[in-house]
Amino acid sequence: MRITRRLLDGLAVLVAVATIFPIYWMVLAAVKPPGEIQSLHQRPWTLAPSLDAFRRVLTVDDFGRYLLNSVLVALVVVVASGLCAFLAAVALTRFRFRMRTTVLVLFLICQMVPVEALTIPLFFLVRDIGATVPGIGLNTLGSLMLVHTAFTLPFAVWMLRGFVAAVPDELDEAAQLDGASRFTVLWRILFPLVAPGLAATSVFSFITAWNDFLFARTFIISATDRQTLPMALLVFFKPDENDWGAIMAASTLMTIPVLIFFLLVRRRLVAGLGGAVKD
Amino acid sequence: MTAVTAAPLKRRRGLTPVWLLLPATIVLGTLFAYPMWQLGLLSVLDFRQAQVSGGQPTRFVGADNYATLLGNPQFWSVLTATVAFAAACVLATLAVGAGLAVLLTRISRVPRLLLSLAAMAAWAVPAVSGSTVWMFLFDTDLGLVNQVLGLDGFNWMYDRYTAFGLVGAVVVWHSFPFVMVTLYAGIEAIPKSVLEAASIDGAGSWRIFWRIMVPALRPLLAIVVIQSIIWDFKVFTQIYVMTRGGGLAGQNLTLNVWAYQQAFASSEYGLGAAIGVVMTLILLAVTLLYLRTLRRSGEPL
Repeated sequence: MRITRRLLDGLAVLVAVATIFPIYWMVLAAVKPPGEIQSLHQRPWTLAPSLDAFRRVLTVDDFGRYLLNSVLVALVVVVASGLCAFLAAVALTRFRFRMRTTVLVLFLICQMVPVEALTIPLFFLVRDIGATVPGIGLNTLGSLMLVHTAFTLPFAVWMLRGFVAAVPDELDEAAQLDGASRFTVLWRILFPLVAPGLAATSVFSFITAWNDFLFARTFIISATDRQTLPMALLVFFKPDENDWGAIMAASTLMTIPVLIFFLLVRRRLVAGLGGAVKD
Repeated sequence: MTAVTAAPLKRRRGLTPVWLLLPATIVLGTLFAYPMWQLGLLSVLDFRQAQVSGGQPTRFVGADNYATLLGNPQFWSVLTATVAFAAACVLATLAVGAGLAVLLTRISRVPRLLLSLAAMAAWAVPAVSGSTVWMFLFDTDLGLVNQVLGLDGFNWMYDRYTAFGLVGAVVVWHSFPFVMVTLYAGIEAIPKSVLEAASIDGAGSWRIFWRIMVPALRPLLAIVVIQSIIWDFKVFTQIYVMTRGGGLAGQNLTLNVWAYQQAFASSEYGLGAAIGVVMTLILLAVTLLYLRTLRRSGEPL
C-alpha cells in the first residue's frame, strides 16, 4: 500500500514537471544569451542569463505599446462585461418572470456559437459602425473592446448566476423592508457580497480579451500602433530565421500577467465553475 | 429552493428584470443576434471583393454557395479532418483529465499541490504563447525534442499527421486542466463511505472507477464532454499560428480556419459565410444534445 502510494506520488510529480516544462523552457529561452539560443545543443539551463531579448522586444519593436493596448482592451472588457453580467445575473436569479428559461437557454446557446464564424459579418458591421462612430471602426481598440464585451458576457452571466444565488434571499428582503430602494439593495447589499465571484468571472473575461488573436488579426488591419500582443508576437517570425529569443521573451511577457491572475483566484475559480456547472 | 423563493418573488413583479437585462440584451443583440442573421444572409449572396468595394451589385444566389461547397471535394476532406481532429483531442483530453483527477485523489498532499499548480499554469498560458513555445520545442534544428531524439532536420510541419498531432498535443495541454479540476471536485463530493464500502466489498480501483465514480459523475461528465467537443471543434489560434494558416497546401485546414481563409484571404465572403453556417448548425446540434442530457439528468435550469 505504502509502495503504491510512493509510486503514484512519483508519477504525479513526473506529470507535474512535464506539464510545467514548456513554460520553464519559454522563460529559460527568454533569458538565454543569443549564442545559446542558436546552439545545436540546447542545454536545459543557462549560466549567463541576460535580459537582452526583453530589451530588444521592448525597445526596438515597440512591444511596450502593444502591451499597453492589450491591458487597456482587457480592462475595459472586464468592467463592461462584469457590469452587464452582474445586472443580468441578478435578473435571472432574483426574479421569476415569463421567458426566464428561454433567456437562460439563449445565453447558453450564445456560448456555443462559433465566434470565428461571426468574424465575417462582424468585420462588415465594425466597418459600417466606423463610418458613423470613428472610435469603434476598423483599426481601433474600441472595436476589440466591443466584441470582447459581447463574447465574454454569456459565460460571465452563466457563472455569476451561481454566486448571486448563493447570497441568501432574506438579506435583500430585510433591506427592502427597512426601506432600501432597489438600487440601494443592488449596489450596497448584493454587489459587495457577489464581488468575490465577480473577481473570478473577471479573470475569464480578462483572459479571453487578453488572449484573443482572431479579432485582433481581423479588425486591426493597417494601424500597427493599435496592435495587441498576440498579433505583435508574430512579427518576430521571419521567413528566413525566427528570432526565438525575442519570441520567447514576448511570449513570457504575455503569459506572466495571466499566470499571476489565474493562480491568485484559483480557489474561487474552481468554486465558480462548480456553481456554473451545478446550477 | 422553490419553496423558499416563491413567496418573495411573487411580490417582485414588474419591469425591474427587464431593466436589469437591458444592457446585456443590447450588447448581445447587436453583436450576436444581428451578425448571426447577417451570416445567414451573406451565405445566400454572391459577395466577393467586387461587391465589397461597390464595383458590382450584390446578387441573391440562393443555395449556390452551399451547392459549390457540397460539390467541392476539399469541403469533405476538411470536414473529415475537423471531426477526426476534434474527436482525437476530446478523447485524449478526457482520458488525461479523468486519469489525473483519479490520481489526485490517491496521492499525498505535496504532489497533489504540485500537480494542480502545474495544471493551472498550463491552463492559464495564452493560446498564442503556448503555440510558440511548442513550436520552439519542436523546431527543426534548434528544438530540444529533435536534438534529444537525434531527428536532425526533421520538420514536424511537413507531414499532415505529425503536424495535426503536434497541434493536438498543444490543445490537450491547454484543455486537460479544466477536465481534471472539474472531475476532481466531483469525485471529492462523492461520500467517502460509499468508496470505502465498495473497496471493503473487494472492488478494485478499476471497478470503483467505472461502477461508482462514473455513474455519480454523470451530469458533470456530460458537461465536460460537451464543453470539450465545442472547444476542440472550434480550435483556431493553435492551428493558425502553428501551421501558418492551414499548413502546406492547406493540409491542416479545419472548417474554422478554412472559412476564415475563404473570406479574408480569397475574398469569397459568401462562401466563407456558408462554411460558417454549416459549422454553426453542427455545434447547435451538439448544444441541443447537451440541453437534453441536462434535462434528462434532472438538472433544473
